[in-house]
Amino acid sequence: MARKISACDTSYSIAIGPVHPALKEPVKFNMTIDGEKVTGVDFELSQVHRGIEWAGTRRNPVQILYLAERICGICNICHSLAFSKAVEAVAKIEVPERAGYIRTIMAELERIHSHVLWAGVAAHELGFDSVMHYTWKLRENVLDTIEYLTGNRITKAIITIGGVRRDVSPKQFPVIEKTVDYYLGSFDKLGKIFLNDPVIKSRTRDVGILTREEALATSAVGPTTRASGVRKDVRVDEPYAAYPDLDLEPMTPDLVTGEIRGDVYDRVIVRLLEVKQSAEIIRACLKQMPEGKIVYEEKIPKLLAELRGVHGEGIGRHEAPRGEVIHYVRMTGEEHPYSWKVRAPTYNNLLAWVPMLMGEQIADIPIVAASTDPCMSCTNRVVKADMNTIMYTKEQLHRLSVQKTRETRRRLGL
Amino acid sequence: MTPESVLHSFKKKFGNKVKKGRVEKIPHKMKHTNHLKRVWFEVDRTVLKKAVAHLCKEYPDPHFSVCSGYELGKEIVVNYHFTVNYATRVGEIIVTMSVHLPKKDPVVDSITRLIPAAIISEREMQEMLGIKVRGIPDSRRLFLDDSFPKGVFPWRRDEKGPEKLVRRTN
Repeated sequence: MARKISACDTSYSIAIGPVHPALKEPVKFNMTIDGEKVTGVDFELSQVHRGIEWAGTRRNPVQILYLAERICGICNICHSLAFSKAVEAVAKIEVPERAGYIRTIMAELERIHSHVLWAGVAAHELGFDSVMHYTWKLRENVLDTIEYLTGNRITKAIITIGGVRRDVSPKQFPVIEKTVDYYLGSFDKLGKIFLNDPVIKSRTRDVGILTREEALATSAVGPTTRASGVRKDVRVDEPYAAYPDLDLEPMTPDLVTGEIRGDVYDRVIVRLLEVKQSAEIIRACLKQMPEGKIVYEEKIPKLLAELRGVHGEGIGRHEAPRGEVIHYVRMTGEEHPYSWKVRAPTYNNLLAWVPMLMGEQIADIPIVAASTDPCMSCTNRVVKADMNTIMYTKEQLHRLSVQKTRETRRRLGL
Repeated sequence: MTPESVLHSFKKKFGNKVKKGRVEKIPHKMKHTNHLKRVWFEVDRTVLKKAVAHLCKEYPDPHFSVCSGYELGKEIVVNYHFTVNYATRVGEIIVTMSVHLPKKDPVVDSITRLIPAAIISEREMQEMLGIKVRGIPDSRRLFLDDSFPKGVFPWRRDEKGPEKLVRRTN
C-alpha cells in the first residue's frame, strides 16, 4: 500500500482493483477521497477484452451461439438468446410458439439463479457469511433443475437460431413445479433476512442512491433502473418469446415499501420480487405451454444455407437478470456476419456508479458497487499501479465493509 | 406514437439530410414478434447533433442503448441505437440513426452534452474504429489497455485492423 497526500489539499486518490471488490472480476475504480467521503469516481476497464466480437465475425451464426454463451460465466441464455433474436430479425425466421415458452422458462430459471447468487454476494460484502451460504444453498436447487432440463448447470446450450435444442416434456413438469414451490416457499424467509434485519437495513437504506433523474440520464437498465422508479423492462415494453401471453408488471420497490428511494435497499427489494415473479412466470408457462415444434429448422446445414443468403441488419434484445442485453448483427449474404455488436447490461450501468458512489464512505464502496450486479466479463476489464495513490486490495476493502457492519450492529445494540 | 410517425418527424425536420429511412416490418403471421417497433435511418453527419437534440425534444428522456459500428469500403458506419417510449406496455420504439464517415476524415460530433450516457460508446468508437469524436469531454481509452499499440483499431478490416497482432499471438 503506497500513500501520498497531494500537496495542495487533503484529498487522496485511491485505486480499487483491478479485481473488483465485490464480484471477483477485474475493474479498477479510481476514487478521490476527502477523509472518508468519496468525492470523485472514475473507472478503468480493459483486462478481459477477449475480442469475442472479432472472433464472431469469423464464425457462422450457429458457431457464434456457443461463443456468445461464453461471454458471461453466470448468465448465458441472455447472450445466445439476444443473438438468436437478432439473426431471426434479419432473416425473418419465425420461432415456434412452444420454443418461445421453453425459452421463457429457461430465461426465468436463469434469473432466479442469478438473483439468488447476487443476494449471497451482497450478504458476503456486508459480512454476513452465513447468509451467503444459506442463499447459495437455495441456489443449488435451481441449478439442479437447469441441469435436469438441459444437461448443464450453467452453460445450457439450449438456445438455437429459430427455437430451442431440447424439448421440455410433461414428464419433467413435476420437477420444475417443485422448484417453483421451493422458491415461492423460501421467498418469505429471504425477505425476512434481507429486508427486516436491522443491521442489513441500516447498511443499505439511503446508501448508494440513484435518483430517477440520474437513472434516466445515465441510461441505466434492469433492476438498477427499476429500483429508481423507471419502469423499464424489455419483457413488458417489447414482449418476445412467451411474454406477450403473460401479464407482467415491472417490479419496483414501492410494491413493498410504498416509496421509491433508489438506494441499495430498493435494489435488494426489486431482485427479491423478481425471484418471486420468475417463479410465477414459470408456473404460468407450464400451464399454458402449447404443443408443437420446438425449432424452425432442425437440420443445421439447411439453416446455415438459408442464413448465407440473408442481407440486412437486425437487433435482438432480452431482459437478462442484470438488465437489457442488446445485440446488433449485420449480415451481407456471407457465411459469417459482417458485424456483431454485443452490449451487456453492465455497460449501461457503469455510469450509474458515479452518482451512487459520490459522497459515500470507503467502507460502502463494495456493497454499492455490487448493488448493480456488475458483470465485467460481459462488459470488459483493468491493471495499473500508480505509486502516488493509495491502493486498497479487495481483502482490505472487504474488511472495512465488515467492520462497518459490526459497528452498525454495536450502535443498534444487537 | 408509431414508428412511422417517428420517422416522419425526422424527415420533416431534416429533409434530405435524413436518408434511407425504413420501419422494420415483420411478416404478419409471426404472432410473437409483431411487437417489434423499429425505425432505421441514415443522417448526414453535419446534422447528427441536431437530430439527437430533436429526438430529446420530441421524445423526452430517450434511452441510449449503444453504438455499433463497422467499416464499409471507404466509409466507417456508426449506428446510434436509442429507444423511446419505454416503460409502456408494448410501446417501446427502437430508433437507430446511422452516420457514414469517410475514412479520410472520420470526424463526428459528440452527443454527450445531450445524452450523458453516450460517453462510454463514444470512447469505445474512438478506440475500436479509429474515428474522431469532436468535442468529447473525455477521450481516454476505456476498453483497450494502454499497452495496446496505438494506431490499431480492433473493429477495422483494412490495414489499420488487428490482423497482424492476431498472427503474432498464434
